[in-house]
Amino acid sequence: MEDRIAVVGAGSTKFRPDTSEQNWKELMFEAASKAYLDAGLNPRKDIDSFVTCAEDYWEGFSIYDEFVPDQLGAAMRPTCTVCGDGLHGLAIACMQIMSGMVDVVAVESHSKISDLNTYNDVVLFAFDPIYNRPLAGHPYYVAGMEMNAFLNGSGNTEEQCAGVASKNMTNALKNPLGAYGKNVGVGDVMGSEPMFSPAKKLDIAELVDGSIVLVLARAEKAKDITDNPVWITGFGWNSGTPWLEGRAWGRASYAEEAAKMAYKMAGIAEPRSEIGFAEVDDKFSYKELMHLEAVGLAGKGQAGNDLENGRFQPDGDIPINASGGSLGCGNLIEASGLHRALEVVLQLRGQADGRQLNDIERGLAQSWRGVPTASGAVAVFER
Amino acid sequence: MRKVCVLGGGMTIFRRRLQETGKEMSYEATKMALEEAGLELKDVDSVVMGSAPDAFDGIHMKGENLLDGAGGAGKPYLRVFVGGGTAVFTPIAGWWHIASGMADVCLVVAEEKMSSVFPHPQSAFGHIWDPILDRPLKPNLVWIFAMEMNRYMTVHGIKKEDIARVAVKNKRNALDHPCAQLAANLTIDDVLNSEMMAWPVQRLDISPPSDGASAMILASEEVAKKLTDDLVYLDGAGWCIDSTMWTDRDLYFPEYVAGAAKMAYKMAKIENPRKEIDVAEPYDPFDYKELHHMEGLLLCDKGEAPILTREGVTERDGDLPVCPSGGLLGVGNPIAATMGIKACEIYWQLAGKAGKRQVPNDPQVGICQAWGDLMQYGSVLIMRRG
Amino acid sequence: MTKPENPKGVELSSKQMKEGDVIVNKWDPRVKYAWATGEAISRFLEEMKNGKLIARKCDSCKRILFPPRMFCEECFKPTTEWVYIKDTGKIETYSISYLDKDARRITDPIFVGVVSIDGASEKMGIMHYFDETTKEEISIGMPVKAVWKPPEEREGAITDIKYFRPLKEGEE
Repeated sequence: MEDRIAVVGAGSTKFRPDTSEQNWKELMFEAASKAYLDAGLNPRKDIDSFVTCAEDYWEGFSIYDEFVPDQLGAAMRPTCTVCGDGLHGLAIACMQIMSGMVDVVAVESHSKISDLNTYNDVVLFAFDPIYNRPLAGHPYYVAGMEMNAFLNGSGNTEEQCAGVASKNMTNALKNPLGAYGKNVGVGDVMGSEPMFSPAKKLDIAELVDGSIVLVLARAEKAKDITDNPVWITGFGWNSGTPWLEGRAWGRASYAEEAAKMAYKMAGIAEPRSEIGFAEVDDKFSYKELMHLEAVGLAGKGQAGNDLENGRFQPDGDIPINASGGSLGCGNLIEASGLHRALEVVLQLRGQADGRQLNDIERGLAQSWRGVPTASGAVAVFER
Repeated sequence: MRKVCVLGGGMTIFRRRLQETGKEMSYEATKMALEEAGLELKDVDSVVMGSAPDAFDGIHMKGENLLDGAGGAGKPYLRVFVGGGTAVFTPIAGWWHIASGMADVCLVVAEEKMSSVFPHPQSAFGHIWDPILDRPLKPNLVWIFAMEMNRYMTVHGIKKEDIARVAVKNKRNALDHPCAQLAANLTIDDVLNSEMMAWPVQRLDISPPSDGASAMILASEEVAKKLTDDLVYLDGAGWCIDSTMWTDRDLYFPEYVAGAAKMAYKMAKIENPRKEIDVAEPYDPFDYKELHHMEGLLLCDKGEAPILTREGVTERDGDLPVCPSGGLLGVGNPIAATMGIKACEIYWQLAGKAGKRQVPNDPQVGICQAWGDLMQYGSVLIMRRG
Repeated sequence: MTKPENPKGVELSSKQMKEGDVIVNKWDPRVKYAWATGEAISRFLEEMKNGKLIARKCDSCKRILFPPRMFCEECFKPTTEWVYIKDTGKIETYSISYLDKDARRITDPIFVGVVSIDGASEKMGIMHYFDETTKEEISIGMPVKAVWKPPEEREGAITDIKYFRPLKEGEE
């Protein structure tokens, strides 16, 4: 990349199933205040542009963008809403900087999903209104269908998926931000309630509230702001077909294409040897394996074996979701991707406390927008 | 910064209700824009979608649903959404894709299908308000226009007839637009005698709810030069949001539009917009908004826009043609898709392709603007002929 | 040549819809929310029950912010102090509406507008209804006072104020 971009500030609330003492504005204010303090910047003077990631029906407003600026310090400033995951917002922020229009951008993404009383119905409302929605039912059955197709096609197993859940929930015990850290074994996951077969209760990430803010700056500004910049050296995003009927089930084409784009930009030819650790989307346990194969961090059909061989453990070859991921920390909806990025940044800065990984130079964050989408993004970060 | 050019535009007709689905409308607009540019979908590196509330189409995450109609399947695809500001903000987002080097050709699509809401698109607007401070009062969106219009009229002592003149002009201009929904030859008295909606807003002061889609093809200068000699460049962009607390500010002047305009003028190195802008497409969902926005865009002094309008300055053959397309008042108001009569119109005017709507004297620099959220969002885009 | 050329689109009339000439796909989404009101607005609503309006002060810019919030959007700092303000104010702007929220026509129009509240910083106010006035009398700048519901009917909502009426002479 000609004009390098650094993460110069990061802030986050804790991730909790219920935050009824704060409204969404106060939640975002907390994360933004922390990020700006971390960067040592005054948003009213030092930040040129603000990006938030949100969808109306998650929030309960017809134009959520209205309710964004005040709590980010963005009133009377260039500000926009992206209907995407936090990493889509990060891509927009990077492009704004690379285009030369601005120097410093704050990206926010959050979940205040506890305000929504009818989550399942809203997810169903995202289905094609003619072909899929009338079939009703709990919309997560789509994940069950995809898990089945993925396991069948790739040769990975249900036990290996359970291993992902076990690893991530255990990892989350060392993450003070997380909500669902617990010591569970493969047997516990396999024995948990069948939900959307083959997915069981503990294969599915629980919803949480939380807000995350990252502050990005172009290189020459970044050097004045921080001694500990983390560079964004590549990013990409992609969407597959919206038609459930037309999908290559069992393949995460959006992640393959997004990774290709990010690797090209970052000059990465051999991701398995060039990337030290990764945070990938695990809203469902099988998704971690599927995404690892899609972004080339595991061979086709090999992710499960790699997991069983300990390759993805915090002390393994390439630690995956050392944060605890969505399974261990909670599903932050559109903020999930920014949580993946936050963890990569904290790890590369050496600020991951009890879960700090050693000898890491480069990490990857990957996101998926959830059922029923085939959209996601990837970003590569370096020390 | 890499220079960015416009290569083509497209739009469906705008109507209260179209048979086509959102995907189909997006497809039609996209196809037209690609044809004008002389490109195919395979030449497109990335796609930006602009669409306003999901509540209109009745689909959660509607950007995901629309993406194949907009040519986004298998491509980098993003949706931006800044209320009514989306119409001009979407091509700005397309600009970043190319100026940053992430794409050489970017397809920008804007879609709105307002007719799906039952009983009326207004029902969806009920959810734009603060749930605690505003919604219990059961507000109608027209109220905020009425309150803003009243404040604007009172502060400057503007007569209703001087505002009605805008509706007459734009609906007449729309007679020359092939997509127009409400083109008409009216008199000022027709407007003043039309049904009272929410004083001082009357039926003919208002743009209609509409279905429609529009599209633009943006490309790097390098790509554009291979395809055409008549280059139209994106030259300045600005966007700005004011505080959510709309009841805490004086509504007579849109400071946030001025904020966005200043950002765009600085980028385009325009020091005297009144002299340097040849054609303008400010957002005109209501007749007074055109005047309000001309002032916000610093195209005249505060309170001066009604006078310029009365003097004919803003007519298509006037010194500063304003809304030569026919605007939202005449062509229709499918929120985000009004990109077709704002950004596309400025492109067609500068490229000399506006035909019957063409403003005279070979315009070199044009500006378009959109407005949205709770009277708080301004997006501004300036184009210049190469 | 006039661009756009040959624009596509097939118009449907409401008659075609009503008479079943076209197939209509209906969906009634179940979308329910219970928004956490947060610290500032919770206290604001509590005080509404008591028949009082309360604001927050920003120590940095000294503004009295109303409606109250826990942070100042100008200074981007937490606000510091609760301040009771009056229930009188001034009409900043208004409309007389013949439409209800679904754009249905109503014969008895709604008087609605923005009131800036006395005791808060300049221009700071809320949207509300007006009554006990006429189309001829109401004006921008008119001093007004809140008319509250009886205490037993208040529920901690903006509608605990029924409307604002013109301030009478000598009244505070």
